[in-house]
Amino acid sequence: MIKNLDLFITFSKVGAFTFGGGYSMLPILKKEVVENKKWISENEMLDYYALSQCMPGIISINTSIFIGFKCNGILGGIFSALGAVAPSILIILAICLFMQNFMDYEVVQTAFKGIRIVVSALILNATYSLFKIGVIDMTTLGIFVASLFILFLFDISPILIVLIATTIGVVLSR
Amino acid sequence: MLLFVLFYEFLLIGLFSVGGGLATLPYLYKLIDKYHWFTNTELVDMIAISESTPGPLGVNMATFAGFNADGILGGIVATLGLVSAALIVTLPVSLFLDKFKNSILVKKAFYGIRPAVAALILTSAWEIIETSLLQVGGVYSFNFAATIVFLLFLLSIRKFNRHPIFYIIAGAIIAMFVPL
Repeated sequence: MIKNLDLFITFSKVGAFTFGGGYSMLPILKKEVVENKKWISENEMLDYYALSQCMPGIISINTSIFIGFKCNGILGGIFSALGAVAPSILIILAICLFMQNFMDYEVVQTAFKGIRIVVSALILNATYSLFKIGVIDMTTLGIFVASLFILFLFDISPILIVLIATTIGVVLSR
Repeated sequence: MLLFVLFYEFLLIGLFSVGGGLATLPYLYKLIDKYHWFTNTELVDMIAISESTPGPLGVNMATFAGFNADGILGGIVATLGLVSAALIVTLPVSLFLDKFKNSILVKKAFYGIRPAVAALILTSAWEIIETSLLQVGGVYSFNFAATIVFLLFLLSIRKFNRHPIFYIIAGAIIAMFVPL
C-alpha cells in the first residue's frame, strides 16, 4: 500500500509539472521516476512513452499506467493513473469555480479575443505536423483526403473513421 | 443520470481518440452537437486555458468539459472516464508488452490511423478558425486585423516553435492594443 501511495504522489508531481501535450511530461518524468526513484531505466521510459503514442487515449495516463504496473502490478497502474490526473482535476476545477465571474470582466473578454486567434494558429500548426507524420505515400494521402471528404459531407462519428482507417491500414500496408 | 452519460462519453473518447490530447478535440465537438454542454467559443477558451495550466492537455479539457456539463462532480467523473479507458487499454498491453511492441499488426493499423487522425484534427482546426476568426456572433464576416495577427502567429509558431503558453500570453497582450 505504501508503494501505491508513493506511485500516486510521484505521478501527481509529474502531472503538476506537465504543461500542454504529453511530450512535455518527459523531463519531469525522467527526474522523478528514473533518477530519484530509480523505478525504471531511461530507455524503458522512452519505450513506454513511444508505446503510449501508439495506443488510444491520453499519452501521459498510458505512460503512467505502464510504469505503475511495472512497479506494483494492476493496483500500481491504477494508483499511478489516478495520481497523474489528480492535479488537473484540482487545478481546473478551481479555475472553473473562479472563472464564472472572471469571464465577465471586459479586459478578460478582450484578451480572449487575441488568445482564440493564437489557439487557431497553434492547432492548425499541430495539424500540419500530424499530416507530415501520417501522410507518407499515395495510399495514406488517399486515406487523408477520403476521411476529410466524409467528415465534411456526413455527420459521422470520429469513432467510425478511426475504425475504418485501422482496417484499411491493416489491409493495405505492406 | 447525467454523471453516467458523462462517464460513458469520456470512456468512449479515451478508447477511440488516438494521438494524445489534441485527438480528443473532434470528439469534444461532437459533444457540442449532441448535448450542448458548452458552446464552440467556450471550447476554444478551454483549449487555451488547458494549454497554459499544469496538467496534460487532454485531461484538463476533460475536467473542463465535465464541469461545464455537471459541475464539480461532472469534472471528476469525466476525467475518471478517461482514466478507466486508459486502464482498459494499457493494463492488458502491459501484460503482453513485448508481443505488442514488436507487433506488425499494430504498425499496419497505425499506417491507416495516422492520416485519418490528421484529417479529424484538421476538421477541428477548421471549427476553431471559424469561431475565432471568421464569425462575429455566429455571422460570417471578414476581420482583416484578426487575419493578419493569425498569419503572423502561424509563421512565428512554425519558425520558432516556442511553448504554447508563450504565444497565448502574446495573443492576450496584442488584443489589448489591436482591436480584433
